[in-house]
Amino acid sequence: MSADDHILEEFTSKEYEFGWNVDLEADEAPKGLNEDIVRFISAKKEEPEWMLEWRLKAFEQWKKMAEPEWANVVYPKVNYQDMIYYSAPKQSAKPKSLDEVDPELIATFEKLGISLTEQKRLTGVAVDAVIDSVSVATTFKDTLGKLGIIFCSFSEAVKDHPELVRKHMGTVVPVNDNYFAALNSAVFSDGSFAYIPKGVRCPMELSTYFRINAANTGQFERTLIVAEEGSYVSYLEGCTAPQRDENQLHAAIVEIKVAKDAEVKYSTVQNWYPGDKNGKGGIYNFVTKRGICEGDNSKISWTQVETGSAVTWKYPSCILKGDNSQGEFYSVAVTNNYQQADTGTKMIHIGKNTKSRIVSKGISAGKSQNSYRGQVHVMKRADGARNFSQCDSLLMGDRCGAHTFPYIDIENKSAQVEHEATTSKIGEDQIFYCKQRGIDEESAVALIVNGYAKEVLKQLPMEFAVEAQKLLALTLEGSVG
Amino acid sequence: MEKIAGQTIVDSLTSQFESFEKSLNGQGKSAVHAIRKSAFETLSNHGFPGPKSEAYKFTNFTKAIEKNLDLDSSSPTFGLDAQLISASEIAGLNAHKIVFLNGIYSEEHSDEVEVQGIKVTSLAKALKADSKSLEGIFNTQANFEKDAFVAMNTAFAQHGVVIEVEANAVIEKPVVLYFIGDCTKSQLTYNIRNLVVAGKFSQFTVIEKFDTIGEHASLTNAVNEFSVAENAHVQYYKIENDSGKAYHISNTHASQAANSNFTANTYALNGAMVRNNLNIKLESEGCEAYMNGLYLLDGKTHVDNHTIVDHMKPNCYSNELYKGIMDGSSKGVFNGKIFVRQDAQQTNAFQSNKNILLSDKATVNTKPQLEIWADDVKCSHGCTTGQLDQEALFYLQSRGIQKDKARAILLTAFASDLLENVSNEAIKIYLGEIIAQRLEK
Repeated sequence: MSADDHILEEFTSKEYEFGWNVDLEADEAPKGLNEDIVRFISAKKEEPEWMLEWRLKAFEQWKKMAEPEWANVVYPKVNYQDMIYYSAPKQSAKPKSLDEVDPELIATFEKLGISLTEQKRLTGVAVDAVIDSVSVATTFKDTLGKLGIIFCSFSEAVKDHPELVRKHMGTVVPVNDNYFAALNSAVFSDGSFAYIPKGVRCPMELSTYFRINAANTGQFERTLIVAEEGSYVSYLEGCTAPQRDENQLHAAIVEIKVAKDAEVKYSTVQNWYPGDKNGKGGIYNFVTKRGICEGDNSKISWTQVETGSAVTWKYPSCILKGDNSQGEFYSVAVTNNYQQADTGTKMIHIGKNTKSRIVSKGISAGKSQNSYRGQVHVMKRADGARNFSQCDSLLMGDRCGAHTFPYIDIENKSAQVEHEATTSKIGEDQIFYCKQRGIDEESAVALIVNGYAKEVLKQLPMEFAVEAQKLLALTLEGSVG
Repeated sequence: MEKIAGQTIVDSLTSQFESFEKSLNGQGKSAVHAIRKSAFETLSNHGFPGPKSEAYKFTNFTKAIEKNLDLDSSSPTFGLDAQLISASEIAGLNAHKIVFLNGIYSEEHSDEVEVQGIKVTSLAKALKADSKSLEGIFNTQANFEKDAFVAMNTAFAQHGVVIEVEANAVIEKPVVLYFIGDCTKSQLTYNIRNLVVAGKFSQFTVIEKFDTIGEHASLTNAVNEFSVAENAHVQYYKIENDSGKAYHISNTHASQAANSNFTANTYALNGAMVRNNLNIKLESEGCEAYMNGLYLLDGKTHVDNHTIVDHMKPNCYSNELYKGIMDGSSKGVFNGKIFVRQDAQQTNAFQSNKNILLSDKATVNTKPQLEIWADDVKCSHGCTTGQLDQEALFYLQSRGIQKDKARAILLTAFASDLLENVSNEAIKIYLGEIIAQRLEK
């Protein structure tokens, strides 16, 4: 055990790699939240009247709601009046090309290993980079434009495509859906908007890169993806945030609407600052993600790799309304030190012959708490619905916890629903086997963990899979309990 | 004052509690009564579980009682004849028989247990004789602050049994408790409290059977407290076969000392609404706990099984298997929690819940829950819901077996898991017959 303890110690003392802070001049709103702030944000973003009214309505709703307490997480209450709700990097004018973008901003991305120019040249990924709430540069817009695909920042969409935004915004996640959704609806700063027209298969992965940069700013992203009939898109979202001692709040909304025969694949790698080894600092990640399969034969697939954040509260869900529609949820959630994650999914089967699949892999180390919370609900008219859920937990160290809260509600006799869950630790025999073959203990753990998570990792697009594997290895090397 | 759920129940209970206190004649100062008072205070302050209570999320028992029962109505007089009583008995069961009629101990119909090593006393008698003898037995496992129905039971229960088994005693014949309710003329409400203390290395079996007859509604609120000492083996059966107007809630709490073995078998066969809470604490090393449950539901029956097994110490084993068949517009609810504390290394805990829905109106809500704080454990749970395998059905039909018969064969096979490990032959036959009757109709 002593060797293990040593490695564990070494690993747990590892500092957050992406913890640095670039001095960007920020354009900030005053601290606190009231109607004036909502108006300020709206004015700053030069929004039309209807958008402001929408925000104000959401703010009214939010004031009436109470923060949810049912999740299996403990954290000091957020003081919503002690936060800055808008922070934008200062820019003289809108950049026309990458050359006009603040060089320091470009350097920020390069430190993260996601240089825009590199990305543009080598990988062909169109990146909508979001630094502190304002979309700075959008690449490949022209290529996408030719196909009729709209991929832009949310504020641009409000200005340029108000008819689309008004039609779809808030239809999947209503303003009063939950406390954080209402908050986001009132003060959302920016985000991404993607629209895939009928019959178009998006030729590249759409990707946004979120970062929280300035201190004390909550990031309130809003993403809306609309896939029209017969279309396909794969969308990537990645997050890293620099080291900060005060807890920062992130309350995002992602809405996905999928029409007949269309498919949306949404992948996330989340590596926000989890706090230091004493549980100080870190991001609060309270996110509402939901997609609806409106048309027949449509499909939504969520893949997430969660390694960061001090507190995570996140349940990407699928409403399977169209007949034969499919929902998938693949998740790897890793927690270490004092991290807490309460994450899972909801699969609501409404249409006939709807299928869903849930694969959740939790890994907890240190003193962290990792919970899976999911619901599979088969409604009365969902004949022939099928679900398979698997949620496994891997424990490393005897101070951490793994919890499973699956709700299975079946109202139709033809439904076939299976759920299974296991909890275990890395077997000493497995480690021994690897060591016997000349693989050192650290690599053995990385190998076993990667094997354990493989079912999920293989769902990720190439570029992400590499990053995700690196993150896993980095987070868990040597932490054998 | 803040509004509490189940206010009307609390109101009618308040007047009942007052008249109960008046009738005590000197017993009012006993330790037991002090517990009753504080339980009732908890109940009147916090009320019953409301619609937002997570533990009663799918089973709004409070509302069901408010709607269907008039707790102010006076207790019915007996109209039960001996024939009815014997009809409720399990044929061929060789056991020490204790009978409760409308929730009241019946000396006339009960056996006098005169066997070396076991002492069976009626709770009413124990309370009258010397309430001191109940200290350390009464209210030691169940916690009235955690559940309103336990609080109600603690405040009111005057009937039940106290079973004490001496160390090293192996009791051959099981103790069987028949609870027979007569609701032909009026409604019935009763509280039952059974206290079971198993000495070191003792072995015995307790069986509970609940039957009600008649058209009127009834409420049974039962609490069992089991204290299982080192190396003791205790088997507990609960067979619940009430009328379709019966509301039944039970809380069974057991605590196990080192190397003890406790088995709870729960069979819910009929009723309007049934809620069984089963809580087992594995307080020392080397314990084994088995929880088996079968619910065969039809009509509007609503059965909710909540189980908690709390692994507090290392090297314990728990195994849980609950199966349900839902027909008509019945509703099955299952919630199984496994807690593995930080100390409880080398825990093995398994849980499985399987359901078959036979009708479009039947529903099932299941929540198998694991909460684990120790790392060197093997824990798993599985849960399935589906219908009969159409291919298996077709196979049997292709062998010349009629569809109805084929269906019954498959359902019986599904349920048979829960009969196989019944060690008492008479119970096994009795349950087998009931299941066959129900599934073949």
